[in-house]
Amino acid sequence: MQMDRVLISIAIMALVTYAIRVAPLTLFRKQIKSKYVRSFLDYTPFAVLGVMTFPDVFTSTGSVYSAIAGTIVALILAYMRKGIVTCSCAAIAVVYLVESFLL
Amino acid sequence: MDTKKEFMEGVRGGIPIALGYLPVSFTFGLIAVSGGLPVWVACLISLTNLTSAGQFAGTSLIFAGAGYMEIAMTTLVINLRYMLMSLSLSQKLDKTVTLLDRMIFGFVVTDETFVVGSLREGKLRRPFLFGLILLPILGWNAGTILGACVSSVLPMALQNAFGIALYGMFIALIVPTARDSRNVLIIIIMAVTMNCVLTYLPMFAWISSGFRIIISTVFGAGLGAVLFPKDYSDEEMEVQ
Repeated sequence: MQMDRVLISIAIMALVTYAIRVAPLTLFRKQIKSKYVRSFLDYTPFAVLGVMTFPDVFTSTGSVYSAIAGTIVALILAYMRKGIVTCSCAAIAVVYLVESFLL
Repeated sequence: MDTKKEFMEGVRGGIPIALGYLPVSFTFGLIAVSGGLPVWVACLISLTNLTSAGQFAGTSLIFAGAGYMEIAMTTLVINLRYMLMSLSLSQKLDKTVTLLDRMIFGFVVTDETFVVGSLREGKLRRPFLFGLILLPILGWNAGTILGACVSSVLPMALQNAFGIALYGMFIALIVPTARDSRNVLIIIIMAVTMNCVLTYLPMFAWISSGFRIIISTVFGAGLGAVLFPKDYSDEEMEVQ
């Protein structure tokens, strides 16, 4: 891995992320008028987090089975409106238990 | 209200956020270092990006040898949600919040700080904003340092288990809203279906993971905007 390529990539990530966050707070503070654009922006977080999660979550651990078990537990806890700490830690615990004792 | 009290209220709002970040940023440090990055580079990414999905995706693109344009585009789409959150928060900031304050606070607009900030009653003032971002910044970077440092000594089963931390957090963020809104649920299902098609059909194998995410997200959210455009007229009345 070339270090200069890595560092340039990180700088790009940081700049893009910062610009997205700060521009609306500083430059254009007006409301967006188009209901289609606003709906698109409203829906983007859910679409992108869903896409980031599925199907990649199933290959995120040592085996598909532990990943499925962890995902199901996280889904149930999230449905019950437990917070991110609970969902994340419970999923980790279930994956660890399944991989240590069942597989 | 006095400055100190308001600052402490912000700090208190940041505690659960910081705790939630620990397992996720720990995982980030773990993945970044086990993928071949030095510890200081993993920490540099967390310090300069401070975003979960964006830096996970960006780092995996670096590992995959992706081009600068693809990294920029993927970061843009994954973090586009912050633009909306900042837009929404900017309506809530008190007049006394200066440009410099906005430039500092803007760095820490995340899914979680946005939720806490927007649920708070009344205008947001400087002490609250700085109190709110303090612990999440610490939590995110402390977790990364820990994960990066222990990456080599942690048993394999435990390393594998931490791989799911990020997804646990994402699931916790989207499921409650999908439970309340059928439209959001449909949008997620459509976006994920598109992502599966692009992932598993051999004819789309040439599309890289970054562009897969972009295409699927724009497809899902775009179709959602056309099928279920929201009615914002009530909100505009309020502003007037």
